[in-house]
This record gives sequence, C-alpha cells and structure tokens, in this order.
Amino acid sequence: MGAIAIDPQSNRAEIDHGNCVECYQCYRGMSQEHLNPTLVRSLRTVLGWMRLRFEPEPDVCPTAAFEPDELTWPRVVRRAFSDVTSTHESTGVHGRGTEEVKTNDVTHRVGPGEAGLVVEFGRPGVGVWFRDIDRMTAALADAGAEFEPNNPVTQLMADRSRGKVRTDILDEKVLSAIVEIKVPLSGVEEILEVVETVGPRLQTVVSLGIGAVCGPGASNPLPELLSRRGYPVIRGKTNLGLGRVTNPTETALHVAK
Amino acid sequence: MTNTLHRSGQPEDLKDDYILFAMCTRGRNDLGASERLREFLRICARHHPVNMGDGKNGSIFRPSRHLNPLAHWRRPANGSVEDVIEGITTPTTAAAVFDNPDSLYECLQEVRAADLGLSINISALVEDAVNCSRRAGIEPHAVEYSLGFMGNTSQLADANTLSLTTMCGHGMVASAFAQKMIDWVKTRRKSAAECARYMSRFCVCGVFNPVRAERLLCRMANQEPGG
Repeated sequence: MGAIAIDPQSNRAEIDHGNCVECYQCYRGMSQEHLNPTLVRSLRTVLGWMRLRFEPEPDVCPTAAFEPDELTWPRVVRRAFSDVTSTHESTGVHGRGTEEVKTNDVTHRVGPGEAGLVVEFGRPGVGVWFRDIDRMTAALADAGAEFEPNNPVTQLMADRSRGKVRTDILDEKVLSAIVEIKVPLSGVEEILEVVETVGPRLQTVVSLGIGAVCGPGASNPLPELLSRRGYPVIRGKTNLGLGRVTNPTETALHVAK
Repeated sequence: MTNTLHRSGQPEDLKDDYILFAMCTRGRNDLGASERLREFLRICARHHPVNMGDGKNGSIFRPSRHLNPLAHWRRPANGSVEDVIEGITTPTTAAAVFDNPDSLYECLQEVRAADLGLSINISALVEDAVNCSRRAGIEPHAVEYSLGFMGNTSQLADANTLSLTTMCGHGMVASAFAQKMIDWVKTRRKSAAECARYMSRFCVCGVFNPVRAERLLCRMANQEPGG
C-alpha cells in the first residue's frame, strides 16, 4: 500500500492513515525485539557517521514500535476486509469472508447449469476504495446480476437490487474485497462483458474467478466458453466433493431460520 | 482461500505448487470440525508438505514477538508442524502446500479414507488437480478457474514480483518487500532460501510456497538453487 514511509522532516517512519488499509500486518507480521528506541537510533547514527550500515533481518522491528489503533465505524470496515485474521460476522469466514465453490459440495449454492462468479477488487497488492466497488456493482446490477446474499460486500449494500453500497463507507480503502454472483451459464458472457467494460475505468485492478459444478468424467462447461473469449483456463481450485452435512438436523434448521 | 486462486506464473512455473485445503460450513458441518481439521493436517504432515497453516493462527513459518539481538546471526525457528496442528481450536481453514503431485496424490488417498466430512479442495493447475484426484478415486465436484487480472493493470507490479507476492493472495507479502528480496539475492546479501523464509513468515494462512519462491529467486538472480 505504501502507507509507511520515512518522513524527510522528522527522519522517522510515519503512517499515512489515508492509504493505510488496517491490515495489521506491520504489527502482526513483523518479529519484534523490544529494544530501547533511543539506543537503536543512537547506534544507527554512530554507524552512519562511520559510513557503516548494519544489515539486520528485514522482517524484524527492533523497537516493537507498532501498536494497533482502536477503530470505530466506518474505519473498522478497513480491518474487516484487510486483516486476514479477522472473521466476517456475516459469513463466519476470515480473510475476504467468502466460500464460493469451496464448500459447494455441502451448500449446493451453485447448481448444474449455473456459474458462480467471483469479482475481486484491489488484488494483488493495489487496494480498492469502496466507491470503485460501488461503480462495478451498480453496473453488474443493471445487467441483472444476482448478488450472493451470504457475502460481506453484499451485506454492506444499501440497495441490493441496484448494487448500491452504503454511502458512509464509500471513502474507505481496503486491501481487497470480493463480490460473488450466481448466473445461469447462458448469462456468463454478459457479466464478463460488464466487468471487461467497467474494469479499466476503475482506479484499481480486478481479479476474476468463475466456477461451475462438474459433470460425468470431471467434465466442465466453462473451459470452452472461457477459451472462446480468450481467457486462460489453466489454474484454479478443484472441490473434491468430499464434504457433507454432519451437524445434527436441529442445528441446520436453526441456522436456516 | 481465494487467496490461493490467482497465483501468477506460466503453467511450467506452477508445476511445484499444489495446495490442499479443508474447510467447513457454518451450521452444516462445523460441529466438532476442529478435531477433524487437526486430523486433516496430521494426515498432510505425513506427506512432507513444504508449508502448512490455518487462517487464524499462522503457518510453520511465523514471526516471533520476543527476539533478542542475537537473532540477526542465529535466528531460532519459530513455529512447527505441531504448533500448527495443535493451534486449531475453532473452525477455520486448514491448508498444506506440496511441491510435487506424488505427495499430493498419496495425501489425497489418506484424506479420502479418513472420510472427514469436510470440504476438501486442491488449488493448482486444474489438469494436474483433476488427474491427481481421479487417480485417488475421487470424482471432482466443481472447479473454479482463475481468469487473471484486469482493470487498471498499470498499477500492478512486474511479473517477477507478482510471481512471489501472489503466493499469498491475501496480499500479506508486499511488492516492495518482494522486490527487496529479489535485489538481496541478486547481490548475494542473503541466500534465496533465507529470503523465501522471510516472505513465508508474512503469510498467515501457510499457503506461501517457500520451495517455489526459492526456485524463482534463484532464477531471477541467475543462481543455482541452494547456492
């Protein structure tokens, strides 16, 4: 994100809170030494005078300088979508909070003759403002897309039928966010056209995934359709179909209610 | 685990990268899932994965909260297969990374026999994943294809950097850090294996493939692996 940089005035690392997506990686991902900051700075200064540079481990914060902020609404949305260890309340899934076809053997959300599209914004490593997501979801809704209700972005829409994201989070930036759509196989190309048209107008990148259930002999209807449109169909996720409902029926009923 | 979908690279560059992961669905098969996820990882551990982890507690490679300055010369390992397995106490996503299809196949056979009732997925070249699962007697249920990156792609890092950073699809390995690691290997300030480990520590889910990272870093620096 480029949110942390050395400020030339103070000669200290500063966090640009506008660009920070609250992924907490600076706090959680760095190893720590808890050394005295004055001692560390003095040593570096003395070494600098001698034209020497210490080459430390690159993933260690010697002074354990980072502290997580207490976040309030709407900024807390940044953490929900950017911190991989936080769990989305709407889905119970951490990371971006989506299940897609990964659990389709249990949920059967995408059935035969249907496709599940996963439109991911900001990935890899660019980040996205919710106003850009709003532009795409509005265009997708105009094309008749049906948003997956059990998805964190859908939960933040003020008007699902128009694909409009609630206005108080439009100026929030997250590392990435995923919109899930289910369409009949006959409607896949129309949705792809919308993404291809709107995508280049956004201030971010879009990663696209599409899944469908397999037929006999592991056949899949998508490769032919996608190859015709020039998409690579090389890598993906294969759900092996080993999952099943194991909870007692009462629990499943309770959740359904 | 969409974080495993869009790994960047040519097909021949993805031949040492196979991720097997298990997850449950809230309200459907999450009761008692923690023990079954631990069992899944125990099975994976028997087949020599190059990384393992779960989305909440971290991987085999993890940062330390209490290093002392000697770590710059002799850095203790922090995290192990046992830590990953025993760390699972609530339903989560458990993953293991293999660097060859034979290990994946042998692991799949055991996972199938264990009948855990969890959703099991392979993230890899689709052809290899389907072949492997059918060899193990499993007919795939569904496939999700990566269609790559579009939109304002001028903001993307270069192909070499992406091949490293996209191994953590959550974006926890920063482009600038990966570029620094490439430079350090090229200038022989650190070995490719060390730089691969540095990057692995930032990937909480344990899906970063340090073997592939080392191979790619060596190639970028025109070095022999292990050199």
